[in-house]
Amino acid sequence: MAVLQMQRISICAVKEDRKAILEQLQKLGVLEINLDMKDSEYERLDTAGAKNAFQKRMHLADQALEVLGNYAPEKSSLFSGLAGKPVLQNDIYTEAAPVRSRYSKIANELVSMDKEIAVQKAAIVKLENRIEELEPWMKLDVAMNFEGTHTSTFFVGTLPFLAEEAKLLSMIAEKAPDLEAFTIDVLSIGRDQTYLAVIVLRTEAAELEEVLRNMGFARPSHLINKPPLQKKEELKERIHTAEEKIRELEQKITAMAEHREALRLVSDYYRVRTDKYDVLGKLPETQRTFAIGGYVPKRYASELADRISSSYDAIVELEDIKEEEDAPVLLQNNRFAASGEGILASFGLPHKGELDPTFIMTIFYVFLFGLMLSDAAYGAIVSIACAIAILKFPRMGESLKKSLQLFFWCGLSTLFWGLMFGGFFGDAVDIIAKTFFGVQLESGQSLIPALWFVPLNDPMRMLMYSMLFGCIHLFTGLGIKGYLCLRDRDYAAFFFDVVCWFLMLLGLIFILLPTDLFASISQMHFNFPPVVGIISKAAAAAGALGILLFSGRRKKNWGLRIALGAYDLYNITGWLSDVLSYSRLLALGLATGVIASVVNQMGSMVGKSFFGVVVFILVFIVGHLFNLAINLLGAYVHTCRLQYVEFFGKFYEGGGKEFTPFAADTKYVNYGGK
Amino acid sequence: MNGMVWALLGAVTAAALAGIGSAYGVGVAGQAAAGVVTEDPSKFAKVLLLQLLPGTQGIYGLLVAFITLSQIGLLGGSMAELSLGTGLMIFCACLPIGIVGLISAMYQGKTSVASIGIVAKKPEQFGKAMLFPAMVETYAILALLVSILAVTSIPV
Repeated sequence: MAVLQMQRISICAVKEDRKAILEQLQKLGVLEINLDMKDSEYERLDTAGAKNAFQKRMHLADQALEVLGNYAPEKSSLFSGLAGKPVLQNDIYTEAAPVRSRYSKIANELVSMDKEIAVQKAAIVKLENRIEELEPWMKLDVAMNFEGTHTSTFFVGTLPFLAEEAKLLSMIAEKAPDLEAFTIDVLSIGRDQTYLAVIVLRTEAAELEEVLRNMGFARPSHLINKPPLQKKEELKERIHTAEEKIRELEQKITAMAEHREALRLVSDYYRVRTDKYDVLGKLPETQRTFAIGGYVPKRYASELADRISSSYDAIVELEDIKEEEDAPVLLQNNRFAASGEGILASFGLPHKGELDPTFIMTIFYVFLFGLMLSDAAYGAIVSIACAIAILKFPRMGESLKKSLQLFFWCGLSTLFWGLMFGGFFGDAVDIIAKTFFGVQLESGQSLIPALWFVPLNDPMRMLMYSMLFGCIHLFTGLGIKGYLCLRDRDYAAFFFDVVCWFLMLLGLIFILLPTDLFASISQMHFNFPPVVGIISKAAAAAGALGILLFSGRRKKNWGLRIALGAYDLYNITGWLSDVLSYSRLLALGLATGVIASVVNQMGSMVGKSFFGVVVFILVFIVGHLFNLAINLLGAYVHTCRLQYVEFFGKFYEGGGKEFTPFAADTKYVNYGGK
Repeated sequence: MNGMVWALLGAVTAAALAGIGSAYGVGVAGQAAAGVVTEDPSKFAKVLLLQLLPGTQGIYGLLVAFITLSQIGLLGGSMAELSLGTGLMIFCACLPIGIVGLISAMYQGKTSVASIGIVAKKPEQFGKAMLFPAMVETYAILALLVSILAVTSIPV
């Protein structure tokens, strides 16, 4: 349980080695680059152009991968997220450099094929629209722009209302009774329009059109120079060609799926190079030399310094972090405690001068988690599932692995508490014995008796123990605060902010325990010798007095000081609510057990028959999976809360900056490094 | 027999009110979560967790209802003879989780919506985002505790 000590490293080397050194640093991944660049009279290399070029190629490869994913999706199992990234044998630079241009070309091809498919698809939509426009003219067997014969005129057009041929003729006869030498074909009626083809004697053409125009007749804006049916066939043919082309392109893309791995490699290669050039552009340089610096964990510092200074012409300097400097934080814990780092990190890493509480927190986390879930079977399931996942996928991501390890321990703790409280899928064993094997059980009797007691039968007792565990947890937090005060030689704070509180709280507890009030609530009787009563009263009084008089010791004004002290004393209500908060241990523990029994009851309702067994098994599996999921969530959230609010509230602030080394920040493959 | 009606009414009240609250809470949180997932499907697991947080009140209600039902012997088939007084007592004992469950689940749902907003913008702050809805839940837990203690200690 510690925060790794950092050192500042400064490297100055000749320019020729610049890229090699950066690649080395990137591969080792132990240096967080942090340059003290107040006086920026140094030149810097302009790498923006190169960086952009690399970024573009990285995006190209990513796009190509996306295209492959769309047309030739990879088969992925439910657990593929656990599998982690494949590991390269060599350096990414040596593996990817020789093939990069070839695969950039392939990526380009893939992306342009995808674009071509999009173009063809858009074309198909357009062609389909045109066919639709053609549809009303389908009965026409000449081209729409056919002009007629020597003596007759032909034209087509639409009327903005629906009319049968007979109605139309009567309308025309009404308006121009002398027109006779014409025929009007109604081609189709639809979409609020009537589509017409008109043949008329040339001499009467103008007059007829005038009459029609008065009725709202309009010639189509776009005349097709072929008979509609023929045109439609043509368009269909073109759609067919486009579809053929799309199919062909899709096949081509699918065939290129074999390059997926290589494309991933190339994408990562450019990603890593982009990062490198990003750093490169920030380094100060002179004509012949350049400098780089930053934070490195002390344990890697001398090794890193040796490596750089022995293989290159470079001067390396190491120095300790200055008092006022805010160094990044990297945690160092044993294997058990490391599993809780994720929980700590989501609250906040320790800031400068703070203790890393991961180890103690993880112990309590596992303990409290088990109390909340408290079912032996559930615990075993969680532990086994986590263990299998960890063993089967050794390359999974670091933080995921840590979480699984934490839940492995939590599962063991749950198993333990389940045995203590007699929970095994709730009361499944008893229900099965009663329903299917006709075992007679007295009420309160169980085939798997609890090693300790059954909380549901004795909730008050469980509540008392919950609060006891809470007190231990909270006092541990206060104790850590005391340790920090001693470490920083702040003895006044140690005495008045920690010892006085201990005195008062313990005193109050020991005053409360033997009273009738407590006995009537908890059915527990404490008989202390009278001297304990006197001591506890004295301790509580002394503690309270200490807090009242010295809590505001930084203020000169005595009135203000007492007021601050009284306000601090009021915090006793905060302690009360903190302790009461641990009643969730009881509530959540009961929730698991009771819902499990509900599930078992429901399953056993059909009774002892073949059908009954089938129903029982189905209800059992679905019900317990649901219960496990919902209570895992509850236990996770509420254990976090007890740590963050109640425990950390006593001594821990967080807010440290995470150590983010300059490393190969890859997306698809891993290589080398520590 | 009047007592039995009151006791049953208590069990139903606990399950129904708390269930309504949770349904509302999970509902509003789910709407917000769905919005986040349309933008970024990779946040699904995180927002789902936040959506589920207001769901516990319904479970607490179920829990109290179940304990009550088995206390009055309705589940085992051997109904106890309850006086009107005992029945009313059981009814009252069921009220805390019913009422507090209803209201706290609604507010927890709203807090979850806000926390889902945090996850949408700053997914790395998930731990803190989870804490805000969990604070609301405390009061449901306290109410649950009172209901359980009361129901189990009323002699039938």
